[in-house]
Amino acid sequence: MYSNGYIFRYASIMVILVAALLSAAAILLQPAQERNVKIEKIQDILRSAHIESTTSDAEQLYDKHIIKEIVINAAGEEVGVYAGGKFEKGDRRAFFVDVKSELKAKQQLAQGKQAQEPVFPLFVCRKDNEDIYIIPLYGVGLWGPIWGNIALKGDFNTVEGVTFGHKGETPGLGAEIATEIFTAQFPAKTLFDANGNFASIQVVKGGVANSSIDPAHGVDAISGGTITSNGVSDMLRNCLENYVPYFKNQKAL
Amino acid sequence: MSTAKTEREPMFSAKIKKLLLGPLNKDNPITVQVLGICSALAVTVKLEPAFVMALSVIAVTAISNLSISLLRNTIPPRIRIIVQLTVIAALVILVDQILKAYVYDVSKQLSVFVGLIITNCIIMGRLEAFAMANKPWPSFVDGVGNGLGYGIILIIVAFFRELLGSGTVWGYHVMPKAFYELGYVNNGLMILPPMALIVVGIIIWVQRAKNPDLQEEN
Repeated sequence: MYSNGYIFRYASIMVILVAALLSAAAILLQPAQERNVKIEKIQDILRSAHIESTTSDAEQLYDKHIIKEIVINAAGEEVGVYAGGKFEKGDRRAFFVDVKSELKAKQQLAQGKQAQEPVFPLFVCRKDNEDIYIIPLYGVGLWGPIWGNIALKGDFNTVEGVTFGHKGETPGLGAEIATEIFTAQFPAKTLFDANGNFASIQVVKGGVANSSIDPAHGVDAISGGTITSNGVSDMLRNCLENYVPYFKNQKAL
Repeated sequence: MSTAKTEREPMFSAKIKKLLLGPLNKDNPITVQVLGICSALAVTVKLEPAFVMALSVIAVTAISNLSISLLRNTIPPRIRIIVQLTVIAALVILVDQILKAYVYDVSKQLSVFVGLIITNCIIMGRLEAFAMANKPWPSFVDGVGNGLGYGIILIIVAFFRELLGSGTVWGYHVMPKAFYELGYVNNGLMILPPMALIVVGIIIWVQRAKNPDLQEEN
């Protein structure tokens, strides 16, 4: 029979040993894990501008193509510009702006609560002597978060390409937003209507052809994935509208 | 006790072989004992995650069986379940961290199911039923055997689900284009969890038909 003292000693020593082992593993593996997350983000940004990368050349391609990282505020002013490895203005890099928390701050301000002024990231990508503007997206689908990147041509209106990702949408239904079949509909769509008003891009249930929406601002939704499709619509509108003042400022220049 | 056992059991005696190969067939944890079904449904949409999941479970069952067997004479019986859980949980977290660091893509697909290896009944069952009462080497082999038994079913199920659901095997397209032109369509139902249950059911049916001793009397 074991005494209570033995049991307590046994449990304590075991727990301390296991804790030490796990802490050591966490510290040793952390750099590799963080690098994976960073590379995934880079690959998503590049893919929206149709630049294919592998895990080994992603960072190199990013340095080559992304010539500028801009952080803008709600009024459309640049508050941070990072290019060629140094800050030209401010001290915030678009790469490290967390879109999720910025959108939350925006929402809190809209509800009249206290929050920091939100800022939004924008990446300028140079490809074949053309500047492409890449905007990260974040929203909610049916089961959890969805996210993505949208690349716009230099007119701040025409879509160059998009990527979407999701945490756990239904395979075969909502999860199809991440597939080529869905994202291939976006290039050449436009964000602004003929009068220069922001129209965003809507994901239309039942197909754009059967609706009253201008085909330039709509794509077909996924059958059986209505809530995820609506989530994509909301995400596009909610994220892109923050850049409208900035686009207007740029066009006015 | 002057006649203590002097002869050592060989490394791969018939008994050890049975420990290793039994779970592949007549003692299969999934198809015969019906344990670990939940994760078998979740990670078998594609072959690659299923394979990594199988490897992870093999590693966890083998190493936890070995550790518990080494500790078996020191573990106070009153807290033995807690000790077993601590060992399993530590190993699972370790596996999860390693996957996140080295096979990030797959670890994203497996998501919570790596963490849920902790609750896999196969592992606790083997620790309690085998490792607590056996020497380290047989326990280790028993762990590998049961992990393999689990893994082989996972891989068979994933093979059929990926082939019929997506037309691919390990991410490579194998269904000939001509089939699609003749009107063949990937079966979307195969991607959803219920079909995993049906595939497991078919495997159980085939296995029982081939092994009469698995069939109940009435």
